[in-house]
Amino acid sequence: MSGPDVTRAISRIAHEIVERNHGVDHVVLVGLQRGGTWIAEALGERISAIEPNFAVPVGSLDPTMYRDDIGLRPVVAGSASHIPCDITGATVVLIDDVLYTGRTVRAALEGLNNFGRPRAVQLAVLVDRGHRELPIRPDYVGKNMPTQTTDEVDVSADGVIVTSASGVSS
Amino acid sequence: MTIAMKGGSVVGLRGVVKADVLIDNDKIVKVGNNLKGDVTLDATGCHIFPGFVDLHAHLREPGREDTETIETASRAGAKGGYTALIAMPNTNPAHDSVTVIEFVREQARKAGLLDVFPSGCITMGRQGGALAPLAELCAAGVRIFTDDGSGVQDPVLMGRAMQYAKTLGVTMAQHCEVSALTQGAVMNECGCSSDMGVPGWPAIAEEMMVQRDIEMSRATGASVHFLHLSTARSVELVRVAKSEGLNVTAEVTPHHLSLTQELLTTFDPIYKVNPPLRSMNDIHALKAGLLDGTIDAVATDHAPHARRDKELSLDQAPPGMIGLETALGVVLSAMDLDPVQIAAVMSRNPARIAQITDNHGCNIEMGDTANLCVVDLDAMWQVNPAKLASKSKNTPFVGRQLRGIVRSTMYRGQITVQDGEAQK
Amino acid sequence: MKHLRSISELGADGLSRILKLTESMAEINTRSVPKVPALRGKTVVSLFFEDSTRTRLSFETAAKRLSAETMNFSVSTSSVNKGESLRDTIETITDMGVDAFVVRHKSVGVPWQISQWTNASIVNAGDGAHQHPTQALVDCYTVREALGKEDLSGLNLTIVGDIKHSRVARSNIQAFGMLGANITLVAPPTLLPLHIEHWPVKVSNDLDAVLASTDVLYMLRLQSERMAQGLVPSLHEYSTRYGLDEKRVAALQASAVVMHPGPMNRGVEMLIDPSDIPNSLIHRQVTNGVSVRMAVLFDLLSAEELS
Repeated sequence: MSGPDVTRAISRIAHEIVERNHGVDHVVLVGLQRGGTWIAEALGERISAIEPNFAVPVGSLDPTMYRDDIGLRPVVAGSASHIPCDITGATVVLIDDVLYTGRTVRAALEGLNNFGRPRAVQLAVLVDRGHRELPIRPDYVGKNMPTQTTDEVDVSADGVIVTSASGVSS
Repeated sequence: MTIAMKGGSVVGLRGVVKADVLIDNDKIVKVGNNLKGDVTLDATGCHIFPGFVDLHAHLREPGREDTETIETASRAGAKGGYTALIAMPNTNPAHDSVTVIEFVREQARKAGLLDVFPSGCITMGRQGGALAPLAELCAAGVRIFTDDGSGVQDPVLMGRAMQYAKTLGVTMAQHCEVSALTQGAVMNECGCSSDMGVPGWPAIAEEMMVQRDIEMSRATGASVHFLHLSTARSVELVRVAKSEGLNVTAEVTPHHLSLTQELLTTFDPIYKVNPPLRSMNDIHALKAGLLDGTIDAVATDHAPHARRDKELSLDQAPPGMIGLETALGVVLSAMDLDPVQIAAVMSRNPARIAQITDNHGCNIEMGDTANLCVVDLDAMWQVNPAKLASKSKNTPFVGRQLRGIVRSTMYRGQITVQDGEAQK
Repeated sequence: MKHLRSISELGADGLSRILKLTESMAEINTRSVPKVPALRGKTVVSLFFEDSTRTRLSFETAAKRLSAETMNFSVSTSSVNKGESLRDTIETITDMGVDAFVVRHKSVGVPWQISQWTNASIVNAGDGAHQHPTQALVDCYTVREALGKEDLSGLNLTIVGDIKHSRVARSNIQAFGMLGANITLVAPPTLLPLHIEHWPVKVSNDLDAVLASTDVLYMLRLQSERMAQGLVPSLHEYSTRYGLDEKRVAALQASAVVMHPGPMNRGVEMLIDPSDIPNSLIHRQVTNGVSVRMAVLFDLLSAEELS
């Protein structure tokens, strides 16, 4: 994906979120640290343009403390979680850059419980690279990108780069 | 039965001569070429030294036989090339009565691996309160008196001890430490001790007592020996005293010639020793002192401690390290000494200080008692705690490569160590 | 990171990492249920051979908020009093399955010795006058929080009191030094360590002379036993020359902050009620203690199997 592709995907997901939820009343966007936070902010801006009468709350969540693989892999903690409002009764859209095993999302779901009981939780990701280890399915996807487990997927506003042993593709 | 030591270089008083040594019973009967005996001891490539004499060994018996006995220390000494040890008095009970002195001698006789000469206490129970029966102990053969483990703090008492020493013709050996200055100290007072937040053992605590006893020797004419000198300034004080013709001698330990205070930053009590490891500057001064004769002898301060005791915290663990089996190797690894210098600092000078020259520190000539050791000066070896004969293994030199292997030791004509192995 | 025994062992990178992680922990501590499952199944033993209330509680609270199991080894009821050696104690507890020991001991170096006898991580909660690394982390975090900036370059930190016997001072000198602060030690000559030319500090015997240029004034506790040892001629002389009173607080810059590691000796180094000090960070130090210790335990135990 190129930079403009990323922008277009974010724009489409913004529309889908508004459409699926019949507007954005009671919708809270929560980016997962660290890769999901900028996407959540970009989605928030985009949605504000679509629905100028509603300010969508945008927050961030660090799922590190809820992971089930602590000690099995290097842990890089993010910044402090920031949930901007009470999420009880709200529809929370969790946002991450890459969906892979699903373990980060599972940790995030557990972490979210500490801030309240949402009416519903949805999941938006820019890239779904497959290889799920848990029964987790995204509601909004920028692009499905089949990968090898040895590949590395790097997402930024400038595009998505997949680095594999055999070379680089985007 | 005669034994011929063949193929070695004999380290005499003035030089090294390629020669065989023929021993009959406990005497050297001939030094020359192509000698034959009933038994041949191969000394090819090795130097033959007078058996080493350690002025400073803690044998722990009586009292702490769990850490060392006179027998195990004798075996360790024999492996280190020693044929005589001066036993320090801080046993339990201490060496303040003829009974204890006789007990130590008897245990050493039973072991039969080397001569043990018990030092006597200067004060009763080494408590620094009242003089020990110096004349009585002298009559029983004691020639060196010390409260080692601690110094005699009271100058009045020390002055009286020196008056006795002068009259009796014995030597007062001082552990120089003004204890008021070393309360709670675990290491040299230096930048490291301040980093670590531990009380330091300042150099001045040693130097003040060295200076005090130099002045007392000047005043009384008594012979004073300074145990385990550890600071540059102490060396200088002794150098000046000797130049003034005073009756003072001094020793240095192998560890004070080779290890520095920085090792304590590992917090490993194996490096805790009293006096403490000092700076590189002090090491340079101690080496210079040994080379120019200011320091007469290398002495081990062999101090066995149980593993359990050395696993205490740095402040709780007892000071000291073993040294009999590594002394020569540590010294030769730390500095260059020629064979004649080695014989002087390891054997002849300490024998003179201990007044045991009738049987020890010989010139390796016809008629001398056959207390000898055979050393390969250039061979390297690695310290393996499992192979140490000492009952305790508290040496910081484990795993170190050392220069100089004691191949054989002969005690009164008997081979106590052969090919580096104790024979009994 | 396997152990936290000293600030120098932690290093500048480790220091930044822990302080950053502390921010996440501080957020957790603002929640109505301040607990996360991060260290489920891990066991943390507090092994305090020396009395401490706040440090021990702070560590135990931190461990519990991370869902670790905690065991409390109390020396007064333990077999240490029956002559069991430190090594035996450590090996016995290790056999029960322990991931971290939090150790306080009056003897310098004990955390290093213990780490030879166990595979568990060691956190030094104070060894003699040597190190108290988590206190220094608390203090750095607290200052950064109060000033709202991470880089402390050019900050003038003044540490006042019994530097010689202070593990807090030794750890703080290393930690604030790594963050770029200029450090001045103020104490009577007998309470300063000797031979510290290699420390990155300035030394003064005159508190009043440095107050005006001080950004952070760090008061150390003076233990009354220093009097008995003759290190200070009298408590009166000490408190007159080195105690913090209203006049000295007034001489500080308006922006300067005041810290104390506690417990305070009122009437000795603290001649003013801390609540009367406008910019006292003393309560923040206590509050942040839990967050910092959560960050330390998480950092040690989350990396355990990797190292």
